Amino acid sequence: MSSLVEQPRGIELADRPADVAMNMGWTAQAHEWATTVDHKKIGIMYVVMSIVFLVIGGIEAILMRWQLFYPRSKVLDQDTFNQLFTMHGTTMVFFVGMPILIGIGNYFVPLMIGARDMAFPRLNAFGFWVTLFGGVMVYMSYITGGAPAVGWFAYAPLTSNTFSRGAATDFWALGLIVSGIGTIAGGVNFIATILGMRAPGMTLRKVPFFVWTMLWTSFQILLAIPPLTAALTMIIFDRQLGAHFFDVPNGGSAYLWQHLFWFFGHPEVYILILPVFGMVSEIIPVFSRKVLFGYEFMAAATMGIAFISLSVWAHHMFCVGMGRMPDLFFAVATFLVSIPTGIKFFNWLATMYGGRIWFASPMLFSFGFLSMFLIGGLTGIMLGAAPFDFQLSDSYFVVGHFHWVLIGGTLFGTFAGIHYWYPKVTGRMLSERLARWQFWLLYIGFILTFGPMHISGVLGMPRRIYTYDAGHGWEIWNQLSTLGALIQVPSYAILVYNLITSLWKGKPAGDDPWDAWTLEWMTTSPPPSYNFEEVPTVHSRRPLWDLKHPEDPDWQYE
Amino acid sequence: MSIFAPASPGAHSIVDLAILTFVVTGLIFVVVEGVLLYSVWRFRQPRVEQTGEPPQVYGSMPIEVAWTAAPTLIVFFLVLVTTRTLWDVEKTQPKSKPGDNTLFVNVIGHQWWWEYVYESYDGRILGFVTANELHMPVSDDDTMRPVYLTLKSADVCHSYWVPRLAGKVDLIPGRVNSLMLETKEPGLQLGQCAEFCGAQHANMLLRVNVDTPEEFERWLANESKAALEESAVADGRAKFLAQSCVNCHAVRGTPARGTYAPDLTHLMSRQTLASGIIENTPETLADWVRDPQPIKPGCLMPAFGLTERDQQLIVRYLLSLR
Repeated sequence: MSSLVEQPRGIELADRPADVAMNMGWTAQAHEWATTVDHKKIGIMYVVMSIVFLVIGGIEAILMRWQLFYPRSKVLDQDTFNQLFTMHGTTMVFFVGMPILIGIGNYFVPLMIGARDMAFPRLNAFGFWVTLFGGVMVYMSYITGGAPAVGWFAYAPLTSNTFSRGAATDFWALGLIVSGIGTIAGGVNFIATILGMRAPGMTLRKVPFFVWTMLWTSFQILLAIPPLTAALTMIIFDRQLGAHFFDVPNGGSAYLWQHLFWFFGHPEVYILILPVFGMVSEIIPVFSRKVLFGYEFMAAATMGIAFISLSVWAHHMFCVGMGRMPDLFFAVATFLVSIPTGIKFFNWLATMYGGRIWFASPMLFSFGFLSMFLIGGLTGIMLGAAPFDFQLSDSYFVVGHFHWVLIGGTLFGTFAGIHYWYPKVTGRMLSERLARWQFWLLYIGFILTFGPMHISGVLGMPRRIYTYDAGHGWEIWNQLSTLGALIQVPSYAILVYNLITSLWKGKPAGDDPWDAWTLEWMTTSPPPSYNFEEVPTVHSRRPLWDLKHPEDPDWQYE
Repeated sequence: MSIFAPASPGAHSIVDLAILTFVVTGLIFVVVEGVLLYSVWRFRQPRVEQTGEPPQVYGSMPIEVAWTAAPTLIVFFLVLVTTRTLWDVEKTQPKSKPGDNTLFVNVIGHQWWWEYVYESYDGRILGFVTANELHMPVSDDDTMRPVYLTLKSADVCHSYWVPRLAGKVDLIPGRVNSLMLETKEPGLQLGQCAEFCGAQHANMLLRVNVDTPEEFERWLANESKAALEESAVADGRAKFLAQSCVNCHAVRGTPARGTYAPDLTHLMSRQTLASGIIENTPETLADWVRDPQPIKPGCLMPAFGLTERDQQLIVRYLLSLR
């Protein structure tokens, strides 16, 4: 993109020819990244941060699976194991799941709505650095002599000074308060951007589906994260300032913590899945060569999920003794959320049906998502049947369920998005061969890791135990899980290798390698810092389809 | 310990719900996954590039209504069966009455052991305290003999889970929960704490001994008595009472009245030590008293640095507490 106007020196570095940019010393490059407010660079930093924490969280998982291979194993002691599952859960939810989705959203929401950047670029940068800093703070707990060992949902009063001596729990709570501020900043930014910066002609009913899901994810962020921040602040007050929020002998309530946490915790998992629903809703149409079936119903279902998911939190508390009526209410609400989720599923299938399906890596991972998320959703229905949950709660069945939806859902869908959009971000295609290896190792490894957990759970194995007795029939399922985890390890290594080496070995992608239909494919790969030379006017949900098919544009049918 | 091997009406009721839910979700899986697999096979793009895009179908109101209505009906059905099972399984605790054949026990969860305070049986006040191994009478076709457990916690959250007998109920400090167990199957039922409660959560095991009515009455009679005072171990008893053991442990009939640790009055009537993780034998008991930490690292009983002589005397005394 040539510039007809003399640009002052120092700005718009990304506009300069590539060879000039490469001749910038590494300090200038580092300074550029450290001070950038460009949503694209911030998005990339979020994703890189998430992948680093993914590897750390994965190592924590492998260590636990090693310890659980044999009954009464002495590979790790109880303190190490308890710290590992606390850090593994905290890392994966807060420093992998949310940042990677916020990162991809950061990069692509402005592009997909034809905007130049997010509404608040400096807030955007602040949000990233604060999220990263929160993650670092939580890991700094190791310098206190050990990480917190309270579990990622940290039930009071285990988190009080009496039962968690030392400062690790304080680092944990403070780190999450800090990164929560970053998350809220991201949520605010997405809402302002999506509501205020759409291209001419792009009404809210015409936004790409990924943008719609990022909007509703952001509303959930604003409703869910502040209660968590408040609850974490209460822990700090209890631990450091002599308060008694959760201090039962002095009039506090351990039960209150559970309600506060799960009021955050349940919408949190929808924060982790709605953007993924959005990504696969972009990918499945392109790779089936058909428009998304039932856009309005999909959009309404998204809203339905966002609302209903705010009312199901106490299905994590069925065993707490709330009474029959509350148990029933939360069971009914939990069942209800399956209806809009099912609607989305059927619409994806209807999009594929009658299409011409092309299994490039984005579609392969989307298939993985569809085939697996269905199962995770169905075990969720089992858990929603409150009396059945009296048996299944806090057992390995739940561990199997949530890993199934998080890996089968969030991770497969995110990998689909990464393979879809990597060409736009870097200008290069990822290796399809490596992607296939990654996919099959992950698919098989993940089924082998988490499938057996449903069985050991049903056989009475509770979660969060650092060892177990022989003779209950649990050994074989634990061993299969560990084997599956080992099969997963190379798949992540292949992903990282593919992401890095394709930067110079990948085929040049061009603007639109997938023959897709949304606005990000209308600019170069990678886009210039200002995204679009001309802000396009859109008439339908698939502006590029309209351009490519002027005789049969979408706006005649929508 | 399988939840699918129910030994009580409550657990059985849950299995019925589980099977129903599994059949419903299984059918949904077969249909939906079937459509998915069929679609990816039938509509896969052949290797040769096809010209032109397939017909673009934007949506269909009747289809959307249909696949909204069908799941709604399924949800309605699931709500009905869930409600029925919920009312079946969650029972309110009655008051103790003579002739009710019902046992009432207070369970207090501790880090990392279970305290049982036997309140009453069949209307008779009991009033003794034991630890870690629950005894209850078996029911038969003529007489139901349930036990109502009142669940409290002395420290953090725990959970009482004996899968073959019932779903789990949590022990939350500051709250009082209730769990009913009732079974026609005599014998030992196993379980363990199911809410992460700190370092030794994994080793907070549950043992429920379902005795015949006669066995149960014998056990009650023995437990109700104060500790045996055998002259052969008088020196060991003196040593025990002079140590800090009495700050935590109780032995009824002696000055030892500690409440922080398991009641030892009838220690030798238990089959296990350390909340179920080791067998109760003279050797293991001696190891435990010498230093509990290698057996249950992080547990709240330290080694007391006893001399070998004191150690032997105390263990001999404990072995007399049948």
